[in-house]
Amino acid sequence: MKLTGAEILCETLTRLGVDHIFGYPGGAILPVYDALGKSKLHHILVRHEQGATHMADGYARASGGVGVAMATSGPGATNMVTGIATAMLDSSPVVCITGQVSSKLLGSDAFQEIDITGITMPITKYNVVVSKAEDIARTVREAFIIANSGRPGPVLVDITKDAQQASAEFDWDACGPQLPPKRVRNNHDQEEFDRAVELLNSAKRPVILAGRGILLSGAMQTFEQFVRTSNIPVAMTLLGIGCFPATDPMNLGMMGMHGEAWVNTAIQEADLLIAVGMRFDDRVTGDLRTYARNARKVHIEVDRAEINKNVTVDAAIVGDAGEMLANLLPHIHTRDHSAWLAHIKELRGDSAVRDIQSLPDSGHLYAAHVINDLWKVTKGGAIVATDVGQHQMWEAQYYHHNEPRTLVTSGGLGTMGFALPAAIGAKFARPDREVWAVVGDGGFQMTMSELATIVQEKLNVKIAIINNGYLGMVRQWQEFFYDKRYVATPLIAPDFVALANAFGIRGERVMCRKEVVPTIASARNSDQAVLIDFRVEQEDSVYPMVPAGAPLHEMIRRPNNPLVETASEP
Amino acid sequence: MQTIVAYVENKPGVLNRVASLTRRLAINIDSLTVGPTENEEIARMTICAHTDEKGAHRLEASLEKLVDVLLAENISGRSMLERDLALIKVAADQQNRPHLMELIKVFRGRVVDVAPESLIVEVSGTVDKIDGLLEVLRPFGVLEMARTGRIAMTRGNDLLRPPDAASRGKPEAAPASS
Repeated sequence: MKLTGAEILCETLTRLGVDHIFGYPGGAILPVYDALGKSKLHHILVRHEQGATHMADGYARASGGVGVAMATSGPGATNMVTGIATAMLDSSPVVCITGQVSSKLLGSDAFQEIDITGITMPITKYNVVVSKAEDIARTVREAFIIANSGRPGPVLVDITKDAQQASAEFDWDACGPQLPPKRVRNNHDQEEFDRAVELLNSAKRPVILAGRGILLSGAMQTFEQFVRTSNIPVAMTLLGIGCFPATDPMNLGMMGMHGEAWVNTAIQEADLLIAVGMRFDDRVTGDLRTYARNARKVHIEVDRAEINKNVTVDAAIVGDAGEMLANLLPHIHTRDHSAWLAHIKELRGDSAVRDIQSLPDSGHLYAAHVINDLWKVTKGGAIVATDVGQHQMWEAQYYHHNEPRTLVTSGGLGTMGFALPAAIGAKFARPDREVWAVVGDGGFQMTMSELATIVQEKLNVKIAIINNGYLGMVRQWQEFFYDKRYVATPLIAPDFVALANAFGIRGERVMCRKEVVPTIASARNSDQAVLIDFRVEQEDSVYPMVPAGAPLHEMIRRPNNPLVETASEP
Repeated sequence: MQTIVAYVENKPGVLNRVASLTRRLAINIDSLTVGPTENEEIARMTICAHTDEKGAHRLEASLEKLVDVLLAENISGRSMLERDLALIKVAADQQNRPHLMELIKVFRGRVVDVAPESLIVEVSGTVDKIDGLLEVLRPFGVLEMARTGRIAMTRGNDLLRPPDAASRGKPEAAPASS
């Protein structure tokens, strides 16, 4: 069958099971858009290509499949850079398809020509220029395999306009992937494995560090079995949240810079850390020289390059989290850790039992209350996409995720502007689920143009703006480390309710605590998008906090007076 | 100094990816050589880098994550041969030419060009050996020098073969399930 390159692309995407493409047209990708119009693929017109990549990323994170973003050459492609880097740092499988000027013009600085494969080389798992129609199907099939195998990541396929226009024979069976013949490493090292088993079976104060690798591997059940069998408590990374139920008594909560004090203290006092699918990022370790000095370390990780990168480990098991845990399971003895668990419970002290819900209404509206109420009203059942900053940390502390793929957040790159487009992508991935974007007033103003995408797609996404009139996390650092010199952090925002209305979206404003629950409940009753502007306390800070580069146990604790907030018992 | 051998796809852009990776990891390359193998689709690289064992592990593992790198292996510390080739143009006149030739012979170099006021020496061997010859030639006046950078190979049965080309098209691993 003879098809144009553009038709081959659409046919290939359809056969790969793609149903949504987030994109923005332009000259160098026009032939593809013409073919898209004749296909059954659902194209979502975004308002900025950064939004397209975040949507594809949100789609991938919420679904476990591959998200697809599309843009034209030049500025269309360069606008994707932040979204691609976000997906790279969080190992998210995203395939970006960009148009490119005709192959005859390559290198001539033609209109809207840019070397996007050169630009994205360090922020993609792989990228490639396709300049022949007959190579499109094979290359796109390879891109999907690369994006979602091993440690997932973004792949960019740059297709020249003449390749889109030319005709070629299309035969699905003859255009199979031709990936390079790589050596298959035998990563199994019996000595390391035996040492890991021995450490696991002899530890007195062990802690499991659970990361996103468990979600990416789809290993939630095996992991739970591992926790039950070993009887070892679990601390979560930000991106690991959801891989093990937050309300499970064995789940201590999030570790690291804004982890609860008892979690970080338990890690510092542990005699064994079992890291599963996490990479000892500086935001979870704090100062490396003083990090978990009493603990031996076992690292289960799919990416060999992560072994001994930040923390030197005593036993490394390289491979898919689910498979490696399953290999370990038969060798693990169930041991009595009651003394250790009781000690951790003691560390929690009364900071856990003071439920913020039962605190008297002091007339202040705190972000922690808003997010905890959102959790209660939605019964923990929503998919929440967050932006980056204070509200992101409060979300991680006060919205207790029991299910995998329900928290969509930019951890590694920390990309402001992520929440709204990522929530849109998540809603397309899971139309059956309630989806909330929880976003600060700063980050929201970065990508708020995507409100128009919500309206055009008639999407039911709820938006909670945690509005404190500051770039809150930066303000907090200025408060703690720069003597309260608030340089460039106070920010003016438009009237978000009027703004929402201008887009044709219902807007609500919440000024005090008693309005929180009814407003959320009323928004949930609508089958359309609703934006709620929560005017929260302006100079509130996220506690506890480990200052950057400080030892993990040297946290700035919650102040007692005034009692701003406290952790809630899930 | 760490020595890593890699087999890569013999196609445009691969060297750029390798170089870009070392830049990103902030590892300084002392020498990087690329040449064809007996299979025209595959090229062999020898990378000598100023880094420690930990850095070499990271470089080796990160190299192997590149789609176009078929295999990367740190062979530092293994029994191996390392060779560098140099062409050195050294000032020589009637008077000192015989003396120069003597010295070159000691280093098993070959004189490959003789001109009235200079000669070109070809010498191959370990970096130390070439540096040694260079040291004794310097007083005569080294006018120009070109060096290839190191190539390396492990000895005997310690074989480092490229993966079977027949496995082309087989994905590196099964796609992660959701």
